[in-house]
Amino acid sequence: MPYVLPGYLPILVFMVIAGVIAVAMVGGSLLAARQKPYPEKLSAYECGFEAFDDARRPFDVRYYLVAILFIIFDLEVAFLFPWAVSLGATRLFGFLSMMGFLGVLTVGFIYEWCKGALEWE
Amino acid sequence: MSFWDTDPGHLILVLAEALALLVPLLIGVAYLTYAERKVLAAIQMRRGPNVVGPFGLMQPFADALKMIMKETVIPSGANRALFLFAPMLTFGLAMIAWAVIPVNAGWAIADINVGVLYLFAISSMGVYGIIIAGWASNSKYAFLGALRSAAQMVSYEVSMGFVIVSVLLVAGSLNLTAIVEAQRTVWFCIPLFPMFIIFFISTLAETNRSPFDLPEGESEIVAGFFVEYSSMSFALFFLGEYANMMLMSGMTTILFLGGWLAPFGILPMLGPVWFVLKICACLFVFIWVRGTFPRYRYDQLMRLGWKVFLPASLLWLVITAGVLLATGTLPVPA
Amino acid sequence: MAPTFFFYLFSVVLVLCAAMVVSSRNPVHSVLFLIGAFFNAAGLFLIAGAEFLAFILVIVYVGAVAVLFLFVVMMLDVDFEQLRSGLQRYLPVGIAVGVLLLAELVSVLVGWHVHPAATAVRFAPAPAGVSNTVALGELVYTKYILLFQAAGLVLLVAMIGAIVLTLRDRRSSRHQRIAVQNARVPGETVELRTMALGGGVPVADILRPRLTQPDAIDDDPLEPTHHGGHHPADAHHAPEGR
Repeated sequence: MPYVLPGYLPILVFMVIAGVIAVAMVGGSLLAARQKPYPEKLSAYECGFEAFDDARRPFDVRYYLVAILFIIFDLEVAFLFPWAVSLGATRLFGFLSMMGFLGVLTVGFIYEWCKGALEWE
Repeated sequence: MSFWDTDPGHLILVLAEALALLVPLLIGVAYLTYAERKVLAAIQMRRGPNVVGPFGLMQPFADALKMIMKETVIPSGANRALFLFAPMLTFGLAMIAWAVIPVNAGWAIADINVGVLYLFAISSMGVYGIIIAGWASNSKYAFLGALRSAAQMVSYEVSMGFVIVSVLLVAGSLNLTAIVEAQRTVWFCIPLFPMFIIFFISTLAETNRSPFDLPEGESEIVAGFFVEYSSMSFALFFLGEYANMMLMSGMTTILFLGGWLAPFGILPMLGPVWFVLKICACLFVFIWVRGTFPRYRYDQLMRLGWKVFLPASLLWLVITAGVLLATGTLPVPA
Repeated sequence: MAPTFFFYLFSVVLVLCAAMVVSSRNPVHSVLFLIGAFFNAAGLFLIAGAEFLAFILVIVYVGAVAVLFLFVVMMLDVDFEQLRSGLQRYLPVGIAVGVLLLAELVSVLVGWHVHPAATAVRFAPAPAGVSNTVALGELVYTKYILLFQAAGLVLLVAMIGAIVLTLRDRRSSRHQRIAVQNARVPGETVELRTMALGGGVPVADILRPRLTQPDAIDDDPLEPTHHGGHHPADAHHAPEGR
């Protein structure tokens, strides 16, 4: 296996620079500006009302469903990446193999469509 | 063959290259905000910023100065560390993605084998800045905005993935330089035109831009996930959004518009200039769309992502692969 | 030298992150440490030269799985103090199970032995001159096709399972039916009349729109279609300097 890590040095450098810029901007503002907090200013914005219960609350299960379906399709995409670049070598067999895989997942997709899992109101 | 085994000169060179890319990028981001206001003003027959400096050209710097002098309000119920970390993350991700973008032949600072995967990974992490901000603020509006935003970005990422795979099929490589080189004969926006359209609209949704700016939804959830932000931490979100627009335009340019390649072979030595011009054209469309289209409703947004783009891009992907295989024009893997 | 250094750096941070995942009080922090652990694992893949696996780990686990975890952990109001209350009672059982597992792991590690000829008979030695994504692709879809199709079936089961577990049908909600909306013609709902100047409208004479399909009442034909909200241009977050 080739040792590829040196190729990633610029990414490390970018991370450091971006981190320094971001911290410097926020820190600079913290130092430069006058900080004068008081309880009313620090309370959560709720159109002028007092906040009347905790903001972190259970929400619609649909959002979980979207997240789960996203994981599944993301995995599908992950399988497609090496397929796309190696199709020139695997040719028809590779193509049919992927069609079988996509066919199975299309069945799932049709199922969720018919069940109304993709409906929002 | 490592960072400090060889020579420190290499590190300094990389540092200089990175700064040579990031400094113009930041200035570009500042002027993108100016350009947006000018273009929107022109669309609405107004003048836009025209007071600070000639034609209002110093406006971005005036805004920055104002932002710095504002107080950083951290709500009392907030998780302080995460609250400040979220905007830094959004901004930082938009910056580090540029490490792999090839501005000209051989000008990519990190010319890694899997550049496309790197960009895809970075854009899939963009959702964290928003979720963390929404949760750490401990505010209902922020929370709602973050939820909507996360579901939206995640939905459009799937079809973006399919589109990228179809480009890979035609280009035969995960390396961004190789993808651009594969467009010497024809830019991919022509044979893959439907994918190009889907990709561009998905980038609008990924960057939470109008007409998909529901996470902000100022008329209902008063700016969404960044209601509680002020001062420089707000500015970082703001800059992050615009830097992301530029990044997405850069991706569109590389994947579909031939990167630094000159149109019709006009002045091919001006590669970086062509690259920047193509990005500017994409950005203009971003702004134009914002000035023209009304906001989508949430159910329409989800339907477009899951019921239109996903099946359409998957179908076109299969067709692309089939046609390439049937005509024997598949690139041989290297 | 450098690979060794980075190996230990990534491994140590990985183990520390993993320890923080189980020991941190705030579950959201746990998930964030988990993400840190994923990144370090990706770094380990990179050291081994497996670029594709490294990025897929980030894309799938950080970009998708951890988002779901974060959703669940942030939004479910689980009282972790209450969960911890039984700690005293269950501690002996927990320790017993832990010791058992540890003993098994140790016996495996002690008994671990790689046959010197093993590296030579690897199923698929990495071909030279081919990037590792392509090398992977050339194997997964041909040689390991059965496993690949099985993965497809597993994903199908996951998809169906997710829907069965989370989807509740809600009769009360009103969906937009685009076909019905598009099929409407103005003549069915709007009536144009010529009024005399200054004549006013006879109050009792105003007609409700005629409903052509009786079953369309459920759809509420008076509900306006989407008018696009307000114009989002200027009220956006760009401060207008004057």
